[in-house]
Amino acid sequence: MGWKRKDLLSLQDLEAAEIRDVLDTAGSMKEIATREIKKVPTLRGKTVVNLFFEASTRTRTSFEIAGKWLSADVVNFSASGSSAEKGESLLDTAKNIEAMSPDVVVVRHKASGAPALLARHLRCAVVNAGDGAHEHPTQGLLDLLTIREKKGHLEGLSVAIVGDITHSRVARSDIHGMKKMGITVTVAGPPTLIPPACQELGVKVSHRLEEAIAHADVIVMLRLQHERMESGLIPSLREYSRVWGLSLDKLKHCRPDVLIMHPGPVNRGVELSPEVADSRYSVILDQVTNGVAVRMAVLYLLAGSQPA
Amino acid sequence: MTSREKAQVLDDTALDRALTRIAHEIVEQAGGEGVALVGIKTRGVTLAERIAEKIAGIEGTRPPVGALDITLYRDDLRLKAEQPAVRGTEIPFPIKGRTVVLVDDVLFTGRTIRAAMDALMDLGRPRIIRLAVLVDRGHRELPIRPDYIGKNLPTSRRESVAVMLREHDGVDRVVIQEPTDS
Repeated sequence: MGWKRKDLLSLQDLEAAEIRDVLDTAGSMKEIATREIKKVPTLRGKTVVNLFFEASTRTRTSFEIAGKWLSADVVNFSASGSSAEKGESLLDTAKNIEAMSPDVVVVRHKASGAPALLARHLRCAVVNAGDGAHEHPTQGLLDLLTIREKKGHLEGLSVAIVGDITHSRVARSDIHGMKKMGITVTVAGPPTLIPPACQELGVKVSHRLEEAIAHADVIVMLRLQHERMESGLIPSLREYSRVWGLSLDKLKHCRPDVLIMHPGPVNRGVELSPEVADSRYSVILDQVTNGVAVRMAVLYLLAGSQPA
Repeated sequence: MTSREKAQVLDDTALDRALTRIAHEIVEQAGGEGVALVGIKTRGVTLAERIAEKIAGIEGTRPPVGALDITLYRDDLRLKAEQPAVRGTEIPFPIKGRTVVLVDDVLFTGRTIRAAMDALMDLGRPRIIRLAVLVDRGHRELPIRPDYIGKNLPTSRRESVAVMLREHDGVDRVVIQEPTDS
């Protein structure tokens, strides 16, 4: 199956075969990380612009390393101290960047749909690196890659996503991606942090942590997205942590081979106890490693799908 | 474009004999010492495995075999409508200071071998790189010459050479195909 899309905007758009294609490509890219010389000439002469209107270290660095290992020229454009603060519109900024002939623009923006808007107006490929509470497709893909690597398959698995579902773009990408790959998804969290029409996405909803994680093969713990939250959604951090935080004690009733994932950054002591974050169940750092491989795969597939 | 078989060039015994001869030539030239075989995916890897078995039969020790995927090193990436699938390189031994014999099924323009040499150099600095091919069909576009050849096969450019191997195609044979639309 070949990649034919100009952009990667969401996992909701993708077919299962396309997701498999990215995961297979990413699996092959991982070998490059083990080399003494971590560079292949594949995207020589291509330019990747990281256009980040929202703070990010991990994702931006991951895209930057991915581009550099493929020999692309990677340029970082961060919104602080830039034209956006001087009142330039998103589209104007993007048009200005396009005038410098990039091949791929990687966008993060606080507004859902911003990457889709850019994709419609720019000739180059656009990758959504997180838009508001909408999607974060490369995170969804790296989660799938990590699960497939550890479990050997995806179909038939059961995943619990726990925490702030409402404000999480990772949850949305995970749900769409996992459903397409035949995974049963349960979301769990306080009622104030679960979107009302959540079942329409084909997931189970639970309001008890112990119930949600009891039979899960994988538990995805999410951070409270304070930056996107109104006040009053949770009584206090301490109570949230007591009820919804994952501790070794609560893990006792889980499957012995359960995997703990987290998209980072982890708030130790809130959603994850330090003992769990560092436990043998945790694959959080594998996720980071796989993030580079997935982004290499995405850059490779998109850079080739453009008209020559 | 559909194609039909024009002629069979090698049957299973002839193919096996060609690989046996290549194995003997590799041993004779390199003495079996420090030789590693690296097959170019997909059929080159299978051929490399078979040559390694034959060298084991001659020398008593089996040379290590690696698999090279050259997709990331191709020079025609942006000429294609979509990116070819990346299938991963697995070379589980250091190649530094070694004699590496690259193995491929068909040598044509030489561009695959150019890419394979670049890929190999990125993994280390072999002492010598040699090239073994089952079929050399001519029409080189780069200054590349094989060291071990199973069969020299003059072809026209519009023909294609199909190498079929038990492991992939259920049968060992090499055929020339020509397009039917003429």
